Amino acid sequence: MHGTWGSESARRSRSRRRAERGPLPGFGLAMGTTLLYLGLLVLLPLATVVLKSAEIPPERLLEVVASPRALASYRLTFGAALAGAAVNLVFGLIVAWVLVRYRFPGRRLVDALVDLPFALPTAVAGIALAAVYAENGWLGAPLAALGLKVAYTPLGVGVALTFIGLPFVVRSVQPVLADLDPVLEEAAATLGGSRLQTLARVVLPEILPAAATGFVLALARALGEYGSVIFIAGNLPMESEITALLIMVQLEQYDYAAATGIALVFLIASFSLLLLLNGIARLRRSGGAA
Amino acid sequence: MSARFADPRGEPAWLRALLIAAALGFLALFLVVPVAAVFVQAFSKGVATYLAAIREPMALSAVKLTLLVAAIAVPVNTLFGLAAAWAVTRFRFRGRNLLVTLIDLPFSVSPVVSGMLFVLLFGAQGLLGPWLAERGVRVLFALPGILLATLFVTAPFVARQLIPLMESQGAAEEEAALSLGASGLQTFAWVTLPKIGWGLLYGVVLTTARAMGEFGAVSVVSGHIRGRTNTVPLHVEILYNEYQFAAAFAVASLLTLTALATLAAQALLARRLARRGVR
Repeated sequence: MHGTWGSESARRSRSRRRAERGPLPGFGLAMGTTLLYLGLLVLLPLATVVLKSAEIPPERLLEVVASPRALASYRLTFGAALAGAAVNLVFGLIVAWVLVRYRFPGRRLVDALVDLPFALPTAVAGIALAAVYAENGWLGAPLAALGLKVAYTPLGVGVALTFIGLPFVVRSVQPVLADLDPVLEEAAATLGGSRLQTLARVVLPEILPAAATGFVLALARALGEYGSVIFIAGNLPMESEITALLIMVQLEQYDYAAATGIALVFLIASFSLLLLLNGIARLRRSGGAA
Repeated sequence: MSARFADPRGEPAWLRALLIAAALGFLALFLVVPVAAVFVQAFSKGVATYLAAIREPMALSAVKLTLLVAAIAVPVNTLFGLAAAWAVTRFRFRGRNLLVTLIDLPFSVSPVVSGMLFVLLFGAQGLLGPWLAERGVRVLFALPGILLATLFVTAPFVARQLIPLMESQGAAEEEAALSLGASGLQTFAWVTLPKIGWGLLYGVVLTTARAMGEFGAVSVVSGHIRGRTNTVPLHVEILYNEYQFAAAFAVASLLTLTALATLAAQALLARRLARRGVR
């Protein structure tokens, strides 16, 4: 880094490069550490999956990835994740609205509690939800009396994925709502709009991109979720077995080819969602809507 | 009616009450009820059973392993987060957005897949597994595997907390310190660290919580060897699957208390950060 070696011109070009990057020191050390660490811990393992799946004959890969059991697990996982994210979209908007706009006793406590699904280990969430929604549980019993079985059914998977995705929409919408210019709503009201019209036509469009971000984040998190689901799902193949569990089962049977193939499907799905998120972010920046 | 004219941003009282009730009802149903269930179930067989469950040697060794993993993973990922945030926010270079995406990548990988990555690398048929086994190094079903999976899963937290913070703070103060003759290290220790202190602590809290609670990724690489490779969340799973429900919830209550302490710390730190006008 000190550059006592090398010719005068090389030193000059180095210092020019440095001027372009900024005046602070430590670029080499910080960047080197970051790239080395990410390379060894993240990129090398991810590359291994791609390498391993390239070793599997294509027809075997297709057979594994599109087996009836795998397809059933995709349907369940994606359906339940989508349902959970949808519930969180509706209630997340309500929770964010209430926390930003209204003052009531215990508001700060409630605000802090929203992050619980991030802080609580997923295994704990899983056994707690299973206990609550079992047929003799606090909520499971009354629901069973209504003829609704939750634990050990696909509905249970939906409940767990709703829990795990709960903070995303709230935390995405909250800051946008807090920064919303009051003038917009006042103008709409002055121009004769009813409160409901103002909310639907003025406020909602402003917070919709943030809500969409939260929705996709919740969906992405739910797709790969394992710990909170396996205790409340019945884990029956073809019926209540999520994709993450299917990978686990295949690993336990040392069927690495099958596990690798399905993991590849997972990785492609989550990277597509990542791209979608980047798209929404670009839209939000260019649209000027916070 | 008159209230509406006085406050054009106000909803009628009935709607306000309805929305608050809907929000609180939803959160009570999904957050409060499960947490309450943990403690009720934990004490369902009495205090003696509770204490026995958390004092049992297998439980204690699980606690020890979890603390050991966190004690290594948190400092390592804190250093990584500092380096990554420094590189990303203090310099202009090509591929900056790509690097930020790369730092966030572990968040979008399923925990089970995260664990599987290390099985593919270090397993008996893995890329490095046989070579290491010949030299007597065990990674899978041992501490190194658990540590690697935890490092992977918790890598983004500190960096993700620091990048927006350091971005918004800018580097003017650091540049001033340098031009006044401070060394790079002095500038970092006396100017940058105090500036980012609360945000850094926030990231460390999140990293610690996840490092102690990670289940899916660790489950894949641990092998569930009792007393040896069993972390606290894995111990909860084993007890639960053996139908020792009261014991499972007793151990789970320790993790729940940790989670509640994490939330309290987060709320406190968020308020500090807000007072400084960032975030």
